Amino acid sequence: MTTLTAQSIEEIMSRHHDVFHRPLMERLRAPLIAAGVALYIVFAWSLFGIGATLSNGNWAIAGTYLADWISYEVRPDVEYDGNYLNVEFPRFSPLGDNPDPHWLQKATAQVERQAAMEAGAGIGTENSTQSAGSFMAPGAPGTQAGGRGLSAGNSFMAPQNDAPANSLAEPLVPAEVKTARETVVTRVNLAIGAAKVEIIPGLVRIDYRGEQLLIDVIPEQSVIARGDLPSWAVQKVVDGDILMRFGFAGSLEVENDEVKIRQRFLGWENFWFDTRSPYWNKNFSEIFGLITSGERIDPDRSNLALAWSNFLNNAEWQHADVWLKLLQTIVMAFVGTLFASILAFPLAFMAARNITPNRFLNQFLKRLFDFLRCVDMLIWALFFTRAFGPGPLAGISAIFFTDTGTLGKLYAESLENIDDRQREGIRSVGASPVLVQRYGVVPQVLPLFASQSLYFWESNTRSATIIGAVGAGGIGLKLWEAMRTNADWENVAYMVLLILATVFIFDNISNAIRKRLMGNDNRSH
Amino acid sequence: MSTALPKVRLSSQGQLIERHWQEMLRTRRFYTWGGVLALLVVLAASLWFANDSNAGKFFDRLPHLFDFVGDLIPRDGWEIWRALFDLPTPYADGSLKYNYPDGRHYLTDTFYVPEYVYKMVETINIALLATLVGFAFGFVLCFLAASNLTSRRWLRFFVRRFMEVLRAFPEIVIAGFFLAILSLGPIPAIMAVAIHTIGSLGKMFFEVVENADMGSDEGLRAVGGNWVERVWFAIVPQVMPNFLSYTLLRMEINVRASTIIGAVGGGGIGESLRLSISRGHEAKTLAIVILLFTTIVAVDQFSAYLRKRIVGNQAFAFGSGD
Repeated sequence: MTTLTAQSIEEIMSRHHDVFHRPLMERLRAPLIAAGVALYIVFAWSLFGIGATLSNGNWAIAGTYLADWISYEVRPDVEYDGNYLNVEFPRFSPLGDNPDPHWLQKATAQVERQAAMEAGAGIGTENSTQSAGSFMAPGAPGTQAGGRGLSAGNSFMAPQNDAPANSLAEPLVPAEVKTARETVVTRVNLAIGAAKVEIIPGLVRIDYRGEQLLIDVIPEQSVIARGDLPSWAVQKVVDGDILMRFGFAGSLEVENDEVKIRQRFLGWENFWFDTRSPYWNKNFSEIFGLITSGERIDPDRSNLALAWSNFLNNAEWQHADVWLKLLQTIVMAFVGTLFASILAFPLAFMAARNITPNRFLNQFLKRLFDFLRCVDMLIWALFFTRAFGPGPLAGISAIFFTDTGTLGKLYAESLENIDDRQREGIRSVGASPVLVQRYGVVPQVLPLFASQSLYFWESNTRSATIIGAVGAGGIGLKLWEAMRTNADWENVAYMVLLILATVFIFDNISNAIRKRLMGNDNRSH
Repeated sequence: MSTALPKVRLSSQGQLIERHWQEMLRTRRFYTWGGVLALLVVLAASLWFANDSNAGKFFDRLPHLFDFVGDLIPRDGWEIWRALFDLPTPYADGSLKYNYPDGRHYLTDTFYVPEYVYKMVETINIALLATLVGFAFGFVLCFLAASNLTSRRWLRFFVRRFMEVLRAFPEIVIAGFFLAILSLGPIPAIMAVAIHTIGSLGKMFFEVVENADMGSDEGLRAVGGNWVERVWFAIVPQVMPNFLSYTLLRMEINVRASTIIGAVGGGGIGESLRLSISRGHEAKTLAIVILLFTTIVAVDQFSAYLRKRIVGNQAFAFGSGD
């Protein structure tokens, strides 16, 4: 290794003077640009109040929303009912009607309960917590899940219009003291992830991470923890609700009248069949057996047809509708781009200087292209949604208008860059002007045109998703609606997966065709 | 035409060649017309489907196609300018339609920025910030995805797929997700556009990097430069002009994208446009359309000028890499 002496360094520096002594501006340019960008970011930070917005954001819920993409929650409530408990599932629980999940064990006891029942009062008092559900749908989860003997209650409720009649007839029916044998829940045990929870009237015990938390519940009054709260439990108000989070597995909230359980399971619930389908909650071999050799569930159609229609009309996932909307999006991009290409093709010939030697026409068309392109796709979409009503026609028109401009401009530019000798050759053998274009120009530009159109087809498949959200048809609106509710993130995930798959497939198709058209096109990889 | 059989008698070899030529021509025609036919069938089916699933039917609505033009005629031509510059209007009746001066953003006691100009500036800033963020991340990622700089296959594969997902992930979902967390405002739009920009700029950047001349890299390697030094001193100076050019191109696209994202709830001019169209405020709509059009043309022209200065005539690789 040689070392440089000061002299040789000087020598090199004087030999390459332009490298070592660059003008001041050139040396300062990069730091100046960097400083400018930094200043701009500070400005934008304050303009948009980014810091404040980020810190005010509800980040705690972000985790829940993200988890919702790939998992679902079951949310039973355990209500305190005097000396007993009452396990309730929401009406549209992913576990269907009458859920009795294995992870929630109920200790039951037979008791004799004496109740002074007036004929009409049964509806109002004893069943107060459940009657809302039962009234609307006899046999809804609430009526049986509690395990209470509701035979008496049911008979009051089943014919709904009896209730007012009963109250009218009240004086006629004497109040009777009834002894009913009932099955009641005395204790509930469950596991939420690593946490073990035991609920008995007045007390909730949680074992988690080697710590034990005992919570006393005085019904309708207060929730009091014995001892200090561990790090995974939060009580915002003294004697108020205690919320415990067990990570991904779920959470538990102890309130003074009930315990809310949030149990999270990985996966998309009821993806194939919803809870109303006869195929619900069956494994693959059972379903396969039913379809191939089972007896007809619905006498009108085969089991396969029933399964297919149950799958398509899945209330939670709406497969048929989602696919239809996705197809709309694809069609919008396809038809819009195709029509734009077809219209832009002749217009570009008229707009190209070297092909149509008419300055006025050239300029007019080029400005028209600019206009179509620069009035944004969004604006066209909004206008055409008004003209055609919401749906893919509006989307097609919007893509058509914008892309006529874009493709026209691109086509005209490539026409102006063609090799003129081919045209001269064709012209010199006496071909008519149309044939000169056909054999002198089109073979040169057609692969390029097709490649550009394909590129825009693929890119429009993506844009069509967004303009759909303003009403121009397709899956965009469905996505937007699913997101607005903040509860259907798993549906969003499903649609996103479908969109990603579509985009990748079209990417590859269009890349493959482009590669073949352009020979060794090094732009696609 | 070329299919007409030649009058001259051909030798047997000539006939063979002629026959083969005709056969080739036939196959080619078959594929061409078959392709066109297939395309037409698909097109017809698509059109029928689109028409069938649309709220209004094409032929019923066609006479109303230009109704929106009628909806766009304000009471007099000056209304557009009053709406654009937030001047008071003689038609003011307290309704939202004529409340132009209400939207003023006062900078000092007397000097104000008209509402829509302010919104437009907001949208441009969304696009600019998103482009900067996209540039920063794309710049870092692209060197990891380039096969001439990263020899680890799995890393390249992973980075490329990651960028592809960022690129193809619907912007509207990202915006919607952050809207749910951060509440209304421009930040969800910035995030959505920025994430998309990272993916698309990253892809274009690594393609540029892969086409870079590796001579200077070898030189640095010979004198013992580490990976970062090689990238920074050998590759970056070469590719920077192209990077900047693509970034400017992206900026044009992002101005449009942030307008659209704005319309679905990200704030900015897009939201104003959607509201004014749906409420039927013709003067406001026209004012916004004019403003938007002017801005987009100006941004396009300015970026084309800058790109021409940075990379010369290469600047017109239009629209590539979305």
